Amino acid sequence: MPDNFENISGKIRTPILEVRDLSVSFHLLEGVIPAVAGVDMVLNQGEVLGVVGESGCGKSVTAKSVLRIIPCPPGSIDSGTAMFEDRNLLELTEAEMEGVRGNKISMIFQEPMTSLNPAFTVGDQIAEVFRFHRGMKKREAFERAVEELRRVEIPDPAKRARSYPHQLSGGMRQRAMIAIALACRPRILIADEPTTALDVTIQAQILNLMGQLQTDIGMSIILITHNLGVVASIADRVVIMYAGRVVEEGTIDDIFACHHHPYTHGLLRSVPRLDRPSEDLQEIKGIVPKLNDLPRGCAFSNRCDYVMEQCRQREPVFKPIGSGHKSRCWLENRPW
Amino acid sequence: MVSLSEKKQGYSGEPYLSVTGLKKYFPVGRRSLTGKGAVVKAVDGISFQLKKGQILGLVGESGCGKTTTGRTILRLIEPTDGNIVFDGMDVTHTRDMKALRKKMQFVFQDPYSSLNPRMSIFRILKEPLDNFMGHMSRSDKKDLVVQTLQTVGLTADHMGRFPHEFSGGQRQRVALARSLVCSPELMVCDEPVSALDVSIQAQVINLLKRLKQEYNLSMVFIAHDLAVVEHLCDPIAVMYLGGIVEISPKEELYSSPLHPYTQALLSAVPIPDPVLERQRKVQLLTGDVPSPLNAPSGCTFHPRCPLAGEECRLQRPQLVEIRPGHSAACFKAASP
Repeated sequence: MPDNFENISGKIRTPILEVRDLSVSFHLLEGVIPAVAGVDMVLNQGEVLGVVGESGCGKSVTAKSVLRIIPCPPGSIDSGTAMFEDRNLLELTEAEMEGVRGNKISMIFQEPMTSLNPAFTVGDQIAEVFRFHRGMKKREAFERAVEELRRVEIPDPAKRARSYPHQLSGGMRQRAMIAIALACRPRILIADEPTTALDVTIQAQILNLMGQLQTDIGMSIILITHNLGVVASIADRVVIMYAGRVVEEGTIDDIFACHHHPYTHGLLRSVPRLDRPSEDLQEIKGIVPKLNDLPRGCAFSNRCDYVMEQCRQREPVFKPIGSGHKSRCWLENRPW
Repeated sequence: MVSLSEKKQGYSGEPYLSVTGLKKYFPVGRRSLTGKGAVVKAVDGISFQLKKGQILGLVGESGCGKTTTGRTILRLIEPTDGNIVFDGMDVTHTRDMKALRKKMQFVFQDPYSSLNPRMSIFRILKEPLDNFMGHMSRSDKKDLVVQTLQTVGLTADHMGRFPHEFSGGQRQRVALARSLVCSPELMVCDEPVSALDVSIQAQVINLLKRLKQEYNLSMVFIAHDLAVVEHLCDPIAVMYLGGIVEISPKEELYSSPLHPYTQALLSAVPIPDPVLERQRKVQLLTGDVPSPLNAPSGCTFHPRCPLAGEECRLQRPQLVEIRPGHSAACFKAASP
């Protein structure tokens, strides 16, 4: 999306959501699992922030903590702030949070079948948002719901509003989820792997739709994904996470063209690409470590090709290496 | 001791696996008194050939019948109609399927549900040996299990452990070892890497490449990710709604796809490079994949096809060879 990107890079960046030093842990039978350890993340007005990482790296937990939908217990938010509209979301009361969730900050999930209620029609579920946040009457809310379905380009919206989730295809369900999330025109949309369960041609449709709606509504998006292709197609900035930490942050051009962290490097080289046919895939050796059994020093040190002595001693600091580009690594220069 | 690498080398021109007019219809709902009920045409008359040492990629979106095809080849489900010939033997009508099963193995998508949680890795790998190679002594079996584990990148220490102690990538290695242990000649892999993280996915793809070289294995590799298939398979068959729409050598399929569906599918894959992404033109398909229960008349792709004409609505196009080795089922591609 070239036009989109140009617009945003031309704007002055004003932060809309600032997450500082967020730590979240889960108290389980096998011990305390530090799922997120000191994450800093800034979302600017009108941008798409891609959050990339493998399963268990804490990307979903970070997003869910901001909306306070982490089950506590076993989860607990140990430290940090999440500033949104001059308020710390982590300190609001439950009643105040209800005014934020689905109204100012919305979330869509990976599997639209499990996040929609199977016992209510799609129209009722969208109407619920209007009744709850806007205090509309039942009939009026349902009429608005049909409008919202039309907006997400569902054919024959009046009929579809009376359908139950199981009567819709995967792509349609995700459109319905988007309709629910965007009903109140939120300022921030958190999309947690929105296209992972979908086929490529449907993924292309959904990404296209999200791009369009973002410009229409003027919202900011946090896009959580493991698919680097999806990030390259719609994100403006990227945060790379590993083992509960942010390891690199930068604009998409920083990350794809001059990334600094060895994990980012490994990730990019391990993806099979259509534009570079038959090139050998470079794997990252080893496996993702358990979060309660991380190596000493840098969490990536046991899998890193460029590991040095100090990496095994001390955890690297998250330091700037260019304007808006930061990396958590002891390496001075890129060795590749 | 039987060595795994003592395998017949060299290619022959004869097709090694030949599938002709394969059909699998599943009955749905209640049958009427006349015995005719509604059917889902999951696989509707597909034909392809595989030479020894080749990996055939079977790609398509969910519900296109690729998994059913894979399972029918091994008669894990009985075909409704059609003929499967493997290494000169008629698979469809043989009464001695056990002898064939030793040579034909299956690898499932989800390594979490395909390994018995109550069996140790040793027992999981020994079971096929007990089943197919009863004459081997216990110590020979143990040697072979250790050797196979090493081939897939695990060690003898892993034998006493249980599946839950392994990560997804390691489990998939165990599943591969289980298929390899009785030296098969044909492997059908059903999306073996789609449940894995990117860095682990690259490890398993590289492993499969190596195994194919070492054992001169023939494979049917089922996937929905075109980039993964590109790295592993040649030739490649694209399926849509129960039929093969295009089959071609790898290079040609990616450089000059003939069928409009293949073209749309290829254009929909996002490239992990923002510079190329800004130039990429997505050919957006409208609508969803129709239900196989109610497949469109004529060419099954015509409701979504940008080129569809009158004949596409009325007649079903046959797979015809348009360039050497490159066939497509499309009227428009056949007569440009």
